[in-house]
Amino acid sequence: MSIGTQLINLFAAVLLLLAFAMLAQRRVVSLIDLFAGQGLVLALSTAVVAYTTSQPHLYQSVALTVILKVFLLPWILHRLARKLDVRWEFEGLVNTPTTMLIGIVLVVFAFNLALPISEIASTINRSTLGIAIASVMLSFLMMIVRRKAIPQVIGFLSMENGLFFAATSATYGMPMVVELGIALDVLVGMLILGVFFFQIREQFDSLDLKHLEQLRDEQLARRAPPGLEDLAKPDRELPPETTR
Amino acid sequence: MLGALASQILQVAVALALAPLLVGWVDQCRAWLSNRRAPSILLPYRTIHKLFVKDAVVADNASPLFRLAPYVVFGAMACAAAIVPSLGTALPFGTAADTIALVGLFALARVFIALAAMDIGTAFGTLGARREMFIGFLAEPALLMVLFTASLISGSTSLPTIVDTLAHGPLGIYPSLAFAGVAFTMVSLAENARVPIDNPATHLELTMIHEAMLLEYSARHLALLEWASALKLFNYSCIGLALFVPFGVASGANALAILGAAPVLIAKLAVGGALLALIETLSAKLRIFRAPEFLATAFLLAVLAMLVKLLLGA
Repeated sequence: MSIGTQLINLFAAVLLLLAFAMLAQRRVVSLIDLFAGQGLVLALSTAVVAYTTSQPHLYQSVALTVILKVFLLPWILHRLARKLDVRWEFEGLVNTPTTMLIGIVLVVFAFNLALPISEIASTINRSTLGIAIASVMLSFLMMIVRRKAIPQVIGFLSMENGLFFAATSATYGMPMVVELGIALDVLVGMLILGVFFFQIREQFDSLDLKHLEQLRDEQLARRAPPGLEDLAKPDRELPPETTR
Repeated sequence: MLGALASQILQVAVALALAPLLVGWVDQCRAWLSNRRAPSILLPYRTIHKLFVKDAVVADNASPLFRLAPYVVFGAMACAAAIVPSLGTALPFGTAADTIALVGLFALARVFIALAAMDIGTAFGTLGARREMFIGFLAEPALLMVLFTASLISGSTSLPTIVDTLAHGPLGIYPSLAFAGVAFTMVSLAENARVPIDNPATHLELTMIHEAMLLEYSARHLALLEWASALKLFNYSCIGLALFVPFGVASGANALAILGAAPVLIAKLAVGGALLALIETLSAKLRIFRAPEFLATAFLLAVLAMLVKLLLGA
């Protein structure tokens, strides 16, 4: 095995490890740092692929990844977390060891899924496709088990990281137009979601998404048990403006 | 054959002699790191000697099992020292027992010490035994997975063969071995009653696990158990060194090569012991109910190591 392939394999393994670390991490600030780390490893791995296969267009996506996923998005997320004053998220829907075990099952599934595909592919890093699919699934799992809005958005962003990695390992990356489009989408999506966070919090005093399930119209609210009525009232008192 | 037998005997002797020294070294490093005056590095030898010359006291209602347990535990650890290639890989014992048997030996020692702790019927002993089994049943699968990863890489479950393959194979980056290394460190911390899970320096706390089981023992029985736990630490260190830093282990029964391997082993153990002391100083003891999370992480890393090995072939 050449040193390039070995490095790519190493970065892929670190990526998988980071995906699990994000699944286990409960502090929002550390979660954002892990996301930035994931972006960095992704960029390094893509750079190695670009160097070993001499594909200059991949360097552009490396630069894009570094700017967007290592600096810009984590910076926006850090600002949001500070403004919204979220530091901790307590136990998700499933406790951490169980989440980890579900994660292992997903990894086994993803590896099996990737095996026939990577046999067809002719790239030098085709064996890492399984890890790419696994990290997409782990991010998906993170979005499912987390209750708060910010970790769910980080899960969404890291899913995009996984997809990017999958594209690099299966076909040496997507065309530049597509890549730019996705990058812009992610950035705009992040900004819109940032505004959305404030809306959610103004409406419910919390970023816990389980409150969203209790939205109902007037008619349903009248039929609901008395305990739930105050939660369903549409005109709740808004929190003071000072936090904005 | 005779040379192999001699190297086998020499290796067990070295393990028996050096194990208390390793414990002394770790204690010394811990004291330095926490800005205390360090005890002598020879303190464990003096403790064991002191305990051997004292008269043994055994509780009235102790069954023969209570007297038997220290010998069984010590014997199991000495056997394990014969299987783990610390100096050379020419071990006649190594072909008789593979890594799975090694895990079994550790389990045998654990079961006996837990039974003996429950034998007297005191609250502390029972509590310690239950916690020890609780930690053990979580740590054992992770340890097996780590050893299976190494076996997958080298194609054999026999430790000497694994070490030969890893030490003389082509140099390369093995992400799977890196994961397995972290998992193994976590498992050995838990199995050797080290800080994140248990505190080896406490006798008077409700949180103790290993010490709670030894409370009823005195004199020569206690000496054997202390020596056995030092041997356990030595064995785990040697397994870790053999799997993850296998360089410098003699591959034949050549007397010169084995003598040359001894200083390398001592140097590696000194670095490993200092790292262990560093980990212990930097981490806080976990609540017992946090232990499953810690060991689940170790298990996860070990399984990931195996999966990564299967997917990437490295």
